[in-house]
Amino acid sequence: MIGGRRLAASRLLLLAFFVAVGAAVLFPFYFLLVSSFRPSQELFTEGFHLGIRLKGMTLTNYQVLLQGSGVIYLSWYKNSILITALFTAVSLFLSSLVGYGLGVYVFKGRNLIFTLVLFLLMIPLEILMLPLYKLLVTIHLINTYAGVILPFVVSPAGIFFFRQYSAGIPRDYVDAGRMDGCTEYGIYARIMAPLMRPAFGAMAILLAMREWNDFLWPLIVLRTNENFTIPVGLASLMSPYGNNYDMLIAGAILAIVPIIVLFLFNQRAFVSGLTVGGIKG
Amino acid sequence: MLPFLLSFYVLFVYPIISTVIMSFQQVLGLHDTRFIGLRNYSRLIDVHFGNAIKTSTLYAFFTIAVLIPLPVIFSVFLSARTMVARNFFRSVLFIPALTSAVAAGVAFRLFFGETAIWPANQLLGLFGLHPVRWTLGYGSGLFIMVALASWRWLGVNVVYFLAGLQNIPPELYESADIDGASPLSKFFYITLPLLKPIIVYVLTISIYGGYAMFAESYVYWPEGMPGDTGLSMVRYIYQQAFGRNDLGYGSAIGIALLAIVFTINLVQLRFFGLFRREREYS
Repeated sequence: MIGGRRLAASRLLLLAFFVAVGAAVLFPFYFLLVSSFRPSQELFTEGFHLGIRLKGMTLTNYQVLLQGSGVIYLSWYKNSILITALFTAVSLFLSSLVGYGLGVYVFKGRNLIFTLVLFLLMIPLEILMLPLYKLLVTIHLINTYAGVILPFVVSPAGIFFFRQYSAGIPRDYVDAGRMDGCTEYGIYARIMAPLMRPAFGAMAILLAMREWNDFLWPLIVLRTNENFTIPVGLASLMSPYGNNYDMLIAGAILAIVPIIVLFLFNQRAFVSGLTVGGIKG
Repeated sequence: MLPFLLSFYVLFVYPIISTVIMSFQQVLGLHDTRFIGLRNYSRLIDVHFGNAIKTSTLYAFFTIAVLIPLPVIFSVFLSARTMVARNFFRSVLFIPALTSAVAAGVAFRLFFGETAIWPANQLLGLFGLHPVRWTLGYGSGLFIMVALASWRWLGVNVVYFLAGLQNIPPELYESADIDGASPLSKFFYITLPLLKPIIVYVLTISIYGGYAMFAESYVYWPEGMPGDTGLSMVRYIYQQAFGRNDLGYGSAIGIALLAIVFTINLVQLRFFGLFRREREYS
């Protein structure tokens, strides 16, 4: 038998270990947050202090972003919100429809299509950039929201996720719907979609997070400053000479905050979106 | 299904095929292309391309070397019976995954600032070491990219492994306890073998993720990269295709990238797949 004292010791040891790990993991946020309240000139002469000095704290960096010379940041924010919302909505609709089709209907070539989807999960989609870029130039979608959203809107991960989820729903629902004279699209919209609500929630959050944070593709498509998303805009401020750290630090904080808030209120959806898509395959 | 097949074709099949076609062309303008045979590929024998392969490979290797063992150990600890506030710590570890590489990069650029006043060098200073100019050396450059990626992905892999651990039947551990097995032998004979499918899955996506790295390099070196420090394969594609307008050569690099990732993953999956079958028969 393990003694009570040994149990308590192991509990304490584990707790201490994870408190240390957690502190290390959260340190960059702390560092960024504290720095965002300091004038960047002072920051660059004195560097980082571990402690918080309330006296020297200022909101100037945020004022620059929201009203001052860095007000372009608000356009980036607007672009990021619109692109993320449109992308998530369209992607959810298409991925759920396709995933549902693959999960519920039996038809010729179904396995082939499903294998292709799995195959896509394994290849670096980065290599598709060049022809897609050429295509966008040809159809004049460079520097537009549509150019950012459309090429990757059918998400293989999303299809896979919805296929797994809908395959787990008893077919009786579909049959009952048919018996009552529901059309096939009606079955999807009125019966299956409501049953898949948890899947929609989980996937919406995951897709929105990816799109909000996406960098390479918007960097290629978006050409002018006022059309940038937040990551592209922030990256445009980084240069070996004059870094605009007053904008960069506060801008990074404001970009991170909404996703963390979303996460804190929907933790279960985040976790299930990751694990069902990945592991039950 | 027709709309899907159509979009599938337009969005994935067409680009893959046209990448292959472009890799044999010199692309001068939108409609001005010339077939130049294997010349783009012969240009791949080049010191920069070699550096890019080396950097991406080392980056993939080191991120995997960190991002599989550590999360496995963390998730085993987290699922220990004596662990308190399990979900709280899981969430804490996951939070970095919510950030974009760029926003996190702002923090990491400063953290690894080159003078003695920034945290990483302050830490070195505590041990009496001189400040390091992180972005200037090849090794330190690789280190700061791996550090950024490890920080962002640790919690995601912990979530994967925790889910896997929950699927292991507790009876196995109970009977091992009755047989008097030590915690270590339980880990090696029960936990690891049963976690293997998930480890292989994480390995597969990490190989892909490692070779697809771009942002981690961009945030530290937005422009020049001295001595190709931080030049990854995707970065090299970006540089050639969009910086130099050489879409043909960029496509050839892309095809090489595809071939590398595919080969490694096939070999890896075959190796671990066969390994598993042998175990089942023995």
